[in-house]
This record gives sequence, structure tokens and C-alpha cells, in this order.
Amino acid sequence: MVAELTKNERQAALIILLALAVTGLAMAAGGRGDPLGVHGALVLVAAIGGIFAVIGGYYAPEPPADRLDSYYDSPTKFGIIAAMVWAVIGMAVGDWVAWLLAYPEWTFDAAWASFGRLRPVHTSGVIFGFGGNALIATSFYVMQRTSRARLPDQLTPWFVLLGYNLFCVVAATGYLMGVTQSKEYAEPEWYADIWLVIVWVTYFVLYLRTLNRRKEPHIYVSNWYYMAFVLVVAMLHIVNNLAVPVSWGEAKSYSLFSGVQDAMTQWWYGHNAVAFFLTSGFLGMMYYYMPKRAGRPIYSYRMSIISFWGITFFYMWVGSHHLHYTALPQWVQSLGMTFSVMLLVPSWVSAGNALMTLNGAWHKVRDDAVLRFMMVAAVFYGLSTFEGSFMAIRPVNALSHYTDWTIGHVHAGVLGWVAMITFGAIYASVPWLWKRDGMYSAKLVEAHFWLALAGTIIYVFAMWNSGIIQGLMWRTYNESGTLAYSFVDSLVAMHPYYIARAVGGAFFLLGAIIGFYNIWMTIRTAAQAQAQASPDYSVVGVDIPAVQPGE
Amino acid sequence: MFGFHYRLERRTIGMVLGIIAAASVGGLVEIAPLFTIHQTVEDAPEMRVYTPLELAGRNIYIREGCYACHSQMIRTLRDEVERYGPYSLAVESKYDHPMLWGSKRTGPDLARVGEKYSDDWHVAHMINPRAVVPESVMPAYAFLERTELRTDDLSKHLRAQRDVGVPYTDDMIANAAADAYGQAAPDSPAADGVVKRYGKATTVRAFDGKPKDLTEMDALVAYLQILGRLTDAAHKPVATAEKKP
Repeated sequence: MVAELTKNERQAALIILLALAVTGLAMAAGGRGDPLGVHGALVLVAAIGGIFAVIGGYYAPEPPADRLDSYYDSPTKFGIIAAMVWAVIGMAVGDWVAWLLAYPEWTFDAAWASFGRLRPVHTSGVIFGFGGNALIATSFYVMQRTSRARLPDQLTPWFVLLGYNLFCVVAATGYLMGVTQSKEYAEPEWYADIWLVIVWVTYFVLYLRTLNRRKEPHIYVSNWYYMAFVLVVAMLHIVNNLAVPVSWGEAKSYSLFSGVQDAMTQWWYGHNAVAFFLTSGFLGMMYYYMPKRAGRPIYSYRMSIISFWGITFFYMWVGSHHLHYTALPQWVQSLGMTFSVMLLVPSWVSAGNALMTLNGAWHKVRDDAVLRFMMVAAVFYGLSTFEGSFMAIRPVNALSHYTDWTIGHVHAGVLGWVAMITFGAIYASVPWLWKRDGMYSAKLVEAHFWLALAGTIIYVFAMWNSGIIQGLMWRTYNESGTLAYSFVDSLVAMHPYYIARAVGGAFFLLGAIIGFYNIWMTIRTAAQAQAQASPDYSVVGVDIPAVQPGE
Repeated sequence: MFGFHYRLERRTIGMVLGIIAAASVGGLVEIAPLFTIHQTVEDAPEMRVYTPLELAGRNIYIREGCYACHSQMIRTLRDEVERYGPYSLAVESKYDHPMLWGSKRTGPDLARVGEKYSDDWHVAHMINPRAVVPESVMPAYAFLERTELRTDDLSKHLRAQRDVGVPYTDDMIANAAADAYGQAAPDSPAADGVVKRYGKATTVRAFDGKPKDLTEMDALVAYLQILGRLTDAAHKPVATAEKKP
């Protein structure tokens, strides 16, 4: 990795790591007796480790000049492995907390082991660790191919990926120590947030620099989605995380907003984290990998345009549907509901465009589990966007809000859509990246597919049942006109569904572990066969994308 | 339209500006007016701020992720009002940086849990929830009673709160640590200061039953007992709550 950097880049890397080490030292010294100090030490250790790595490779020969004739894929390889590591961690913690709801004694009287602290480890681990790494890794891959341009340098992509993973580690370890802003999906505190802004802006600039080097006149649709993902997540992240730290030596901060304004800002962020992190970015992934794997061009260019701008515009209005019947003014609730229903149009145009792309390739869907992952992802995308619009309708939301139905809906989206499209994309790119004919074992891909599908269905059905039962029990009256059930009655009724949900989650986790093993074995056999490796992809001419923008 | 896009998608900066423009409208229309339209938040002139002990308890509530399972927002639905009490008003979370409305009820809503149960009940419930509610799935928080509350930085906390708009006075900021101690030690001289600064209605009790020690249990129970009681605006008829000054 260091050997791939030029001399100048190695020097720049040392300067960055030194600056990081000094920051870590300052945090460790200023934050003694506070979780901030622990994170300072962690940053310091990470930076020193990096410095040793760079010095160790400092006098290696410069990378050959002909590297510029090929794409730069080492960061993508790293990102895919990191994504799979986070997938296993995040899903394992998720399944663990699912069992905690059925067996609450399993917290060992330890603060870090309670549901409240572990839950954000799960959500951040899968959304940011697994999803984020997969998005960054595939975006590097896709932007180079669709632009027919190599990344502008070797250092920046490493800075983005390693910096991003440092953020993820600081976030996850922080939750265990009780460091949280309590804003859902934006839990990390001010110092982690500032670091993420630095990493994210670098990522965006890298994207623009690569696009500006492109040899294709048009920017391919995947890049629109990836760009919207990077840009809008930056907007959301900065606004929602505005806060005043208690002091420079403490992790704790107070949100700039309060009450109703804070609630609206948080759910403007929260729902658009779903939109631009979990939808936009992964649509970018789908628009490249699905046509490539199917060997078919995107069905409709016009549908791509309509759905892209529809999603980018409509989504930003819908956050208030998380606040129906609350103290948020009703006009905002009504706007949120209206746009949520309208959002179904671009969402289904996207899903339809994806499924129509498979016309003429359905025999491949039957035979190829990798393409089947992507097909099922598109189906779940259509299903969960319909469900989302439906649940945003006020009277429906009266029943569904605060219940497990929401959890079921979210997991239909993240397990069925986000994770499935990601596994499909990863299974497609691993043999391309490591120069193999296919995965180590096609049977294991098949096993992963069925475990993932079964796990998702068990999970979602369990949560639909528990959520709707819960909602109905809370609002049922008896003949004398009083509430028929106590809260505890509804809790007791959940028990079997909580066990079923944990079993479904275990299926999904098992599939991910099998996938990790399969990827690992593919890479190992690739390393053994490296002696007779073929020359790298050529930027010029050879690897023209199968799909061209324009009809 | 598609011809226009055919040209637009050849320009990086055009796409960037287009995305920013399209993605900005929703937030501007829905969020900005919440800061300017007066009726968004009701008036409650008599509303008090959290005492340092309650604020510390609130921070423990956040730290432990209680908001993941408990909402603090009673919706305007008949069954919710009958189960939990009057529906929540915007003004009630005016000083909540951040708000803790929540999104999930694995446990019940807590917006009006204040003084609904005794301190003893809360302490027993935190040490082992299943001792008082056999069917509960809540984790045990016994360590709160063993952990001394950190008070040396409470003045900084109050100052940061003032920076984001909560009306703490210089007097409150200067005496934050003493007030935290006093609120959980009713017979100590520090107890009078709390009542003087935060009002006669302030609850001064040995929340965890041990007036000598100031623990995280004291802070959390003090917070739970003030929930829904910073103002009584929600208990008044709707017409007066909305009357313009």
C-alpha cells in the first residue's frame, strides 16, 4: 500500500499522520478523565501506527510510471474487506440486542452491555461501517470505469477510506462508553462529527477531480446518485450536528436546536440519511452493477432522469412524517405526508427501471445467485418504498408509529434492499478486482442468498405481526369504554415475535459470515495464482463500460 | 426537457448546483418557518429550567440510550391521552437540547411520568426492573447507585446550555455543583440555595434514599420525577395556552 504511493505522497502522508498524532495527543491530554481522552489515545495510537507503516515503506522504489495506464483499485479492495468486517460486527451486535429484548438478563450488570448502548453500535456498524465502506469502495470503482479515468492520485482515496473507518471506530467505541448525542443515526459527538466533515469534503473533492479527468462526455447515471449521496449527506450532517461542546476537554455537547425545531431538524436529517445514504448511494451502485452483471443496458434513460430528480427533490420534504400527531405544527406534518405519497412515483420508476433492465436476462437471474441478489434487492426496494409511503399517511401512522412495524419496515429496506444490492455488487466485483474467473464457491453464494432471503422474510413478518398487534392493543377499548390492555399486556404479547425476529436476524448474520469466508477464500486463491496474473485493466479503450449514457 | 438534461449531464458543476438546489427547498420551507412563526411554540412564562441535578440526570438518560425505547411525546390521540395524560405541547421541550421525543415505545412513554411513582419505586426499578414489573424487558441499571455523580463540570454544562439559549443566570451557573448536592440532601444548608434559585416547587429529596452520597441514581430519579412538570401549560384549557399576549 505504501509502495503504491509516490515519494511526495509518502511525505504528505507523514505530515497528515503527524498532525493527526498531535491532535490525538491534545485530545488525550485535554480530555483526561473523560471519554474524550480515551478517544485521543485511540487517535494517537492509530496515527503512530500509520507513521510506522509509512516509514517502513518509505524507501521502497517509486511506483512505476505505467501505473497511470490502469485504474487504481487497491482502495476499493480494502473498502470491500472493511465493509464485510463491519457487516459481521454490526449484524452480530444487532442480533445480540434482538435476543436482549427476549432475555433482558443478559447484560451482566455492565453499563456497556445494555440495550441502549449497544443499539447504536448495531445501527452505526451496519449503516456507516458496512454501508458506508461499501459505498465508498464501489464509488471509487464505478467512477473510474464510467469516466474512463484513473483516480487523480494515490493518497486521497486512502485518506478518505482510512479516515472514514477511524470515524466509525471512534463512533462505535464511544457508544460503549456512553458518548452519544442521542440523535438517531447522528449519535457521534462533536469531535467525531468535525473529523467526518474533513473526510467527507475530501471525498467530494476527489469525486469532482476524477470526473473532471473523464474521457466520457457524459456523466453516467451512477455518478449522479453517488454525487447526490456525498453532497446531501454533507448538508444534512453539518446542519443536524450543530452543537456547543461543554468544553474542549469533554466529549459532551448540547445541540444548538431544542424542542420542536430540533425534532424537525433531526427527522429532516434522519429520513434523508435513509434517502441519500441508504437509497441514493445504493441506487448508484445498482445502476452500474446490475446492467454489467446482466449484460443488458439500462432499460430507460428517461426513467433514470425522472427518478433521480424526483428522489433528490421529494425526499427532502418527507422527514416530518416521523412526527405525525406530535407538537409539530400540522402544516408541516401535512406537507411531509403529501410528499411522502408523491415520492412513490420516482421510487417505483427506479425499481421498475431496474427490473425492466433484466428483461432478456431472466435466465441469468435463475442461474446466477449474484444477479438474483440484485433482482431481489430491486423488488424489496419497490416493496419498502410502497410501505414507507403508506405508513406516512397520518391515520396509518397513528397505528404504526412507536411500534415494531417501523422496525420491520426499516429492515425490509436495509436487509432486503441495501444489504442485498451490496452483497450482489461485492460478489460481482471481487472476482473482477482480484482477477479470478468467479467466486471461490458458487454454492456458498447460493447458500448466502437463501439464508439472507429467509432471514429477511422471517424478520419482517415477525415485526409486522408484533407491530400491528402492539398498535391495536394500545388503542383497544373494552365495553365499558376504558382501555382494554395495560402497556405490560402488549409487552408480553411481543415475546414470541422477539424470538422469531432474533432467529431471522441470526439467519441473515450466518449468511454474511458465509459470504465473508467465501470472499476471503477467493482472495487467498487469487494470491496463490498471482504469479501468472494477467496485466492490469487498461484505461484507454479496453474496458469501455457496457452501458453508455443516452439511449 | 430531456434535451436540456442531455446537455446538463455533461457538466459536473451543473449537476452539483442542480442537486444542491433540488435538495435545499424542502428543508428551507419546512424548517426555517419553525423559528419565525410565533405560534409554533406556546407561551409559558412560568416555565422553569432544569436544575443542575436534573440536567445531570437527563445526560445520564441520554448516555444510556433510554430514548431508544421510551418516547417523551404524547400524541393528540384519544388512547394516548387516556393512557399517558394530556398530549405534549411544543413549549414543554423548549429547553430540551436536544429533544428526546423518541421514535419507539419498547417501553411506555415517559413525558408525564414525573411524580407518578415514588422515588423508592424508581430506585428499585432501576436496580432490577423485574423486581417491580415481572414482565419487564428493561436492562438493569444497578451500577447507577454505585457510581458517584460527577459535579465538578456542572457549571460548564450550565454555561453551554446558556450559550444555546436556556436562560440560566450567573448565580445558577456559579452554584451548579452545590445545587446538585443540595437537591439530594434536604437537611443540608445547600438545599435552601436550590429552592431560592429554582423556585419553591423544586423537589428537594434524597432521591436514592441516601442523603450523604450524591450518586448517578439521584440524578436520574430527579430527572424522571420532573418529566412533564416544568410547566403546567398542557393541563390548561387549549384556548388559554394559545391566546396571544
